Amino acid sequence: MAEAANSNLVRAWRYALPLAIFFGLVGFMWKGLSLNPREIPSALLNKPVPVFSLPQLHQPDKTLSAADMKGKVWLLNVWGSWCVSCRYEHPVLNALSKQNLVPIIGFNWKDKPDDAKAWLVRFGDPYQLSVSDLDGRVAIDFGVYGAPETFIIDKAGMIRYKHTGPISDEIMRDKLVPLIQELNRS
Amino acid sequence: MSNLHRIARANSSTGAALRALLAETPRWCSSLALVVLLFSGVQAFAQTATPPMPPASPELELRLKKLETELRCLVCQNQTLADSPAGLAGDLRREVRLLADSGKSDEEIKQHLKARYGDFVLYKPTVESKTWLLWFGPFLLLLAGAILVIVITRRTRALPAQPATLSDQEQSRAQKLLDE
Repeated sequence: MAEAANSNLVRAWRYALPLAIFFGLVGFMWKGLSLNPREIPSALLNKPVPVFSLPQLHQPDKTLSAADMKGKVWLLNVWGSWCVSCRYEHPVLNALSKQNLVPIIGFNWKDKPDDAKAWLVRFGDPYQLSVSDLDGRVAIDFGVYGAPETFIIDKAGMIRYKHTGPISDEIMRDKLVPLIQELNRS
Repeated sequence: MSNLHRIARANSSTGAALRALLAETPRWCSSLALVVLLFSGVQAFAQTATPPMPPASPELELRLKKLETELRCLVCQNQTLADSPAGLAGDLRREVRLLADSGKSDEEIKQHLKARYGDFVLYKPTVESKTWLLWFGPFLLLLAGAILVIVITRRTRALPAQPATLSDQEQSRAQKLLDE
């Protein structure tokens, strides 16, 4: 009698175990499907903004450095005239600049200044000013690997948010704007 | 607006994934980027090229090559810096060279890039407590499989060989089938 119960239990396990393993695998794979391999967690989150000093796009004899932005909440947007997705994102930034919520600094990455200026004339210029990173070295300090990228930096000069890829209206409304408002208050 | 972008707009959940995929990289390296470029119908503005570096000495060349195979190109994620044709990889190779020229050790160069791009930039993950499962997990599975095989073969061997006899009932049923 006990033996029969035992063999029933073994039989139950024989089905239950592979099934459990199967569902476990499905779980992992399902999770894997929803992950975006392009989204690399930023190593710079909650770290101080890298020290940089770059020439301004429209006035190359003037520079902008990280220290110039100290005491302000600001947004840094990495863009280039060669970057098609930046064009897709651009209306969202234009709309943000109209709100006068935060200074938007453009980071013109590995671009020809003339192309960049023409691009801003054509699609609008939401940037308080843009800086040119011609050889891409400062971009490496920012851990940039694909444009567009967007950083939000707080008053103390700490990077508080990073987004890779174009910002949509929803991301702007639900994430960036609330964060900027919160940082502005503090 | 391109077709891809239109799809991205129309459906917000696939849209989110598509938008993330649309994050662009300096100079295409994947066919996807090319597709995006083709669909967008925009005249391609060129990106500035990586400034050339003076040739390295043979020893330095060797050292750089080795370092480059240990670092990941973040654009073409399954390629090392040495293999990748992407613009960013060129920039990163130049950065590695500049760091080497400034007297930094291999380990310092790796730490420099790790501080900016995270663990992901290291092609070979470091062995630390949070990567133990990654490094040793496959061996654990292999070990579990081997134990399972041993247990099963032992158990079947221990079973007494079943005599090939039939009960009376089975015998008569078999006979009936044979008679038909």
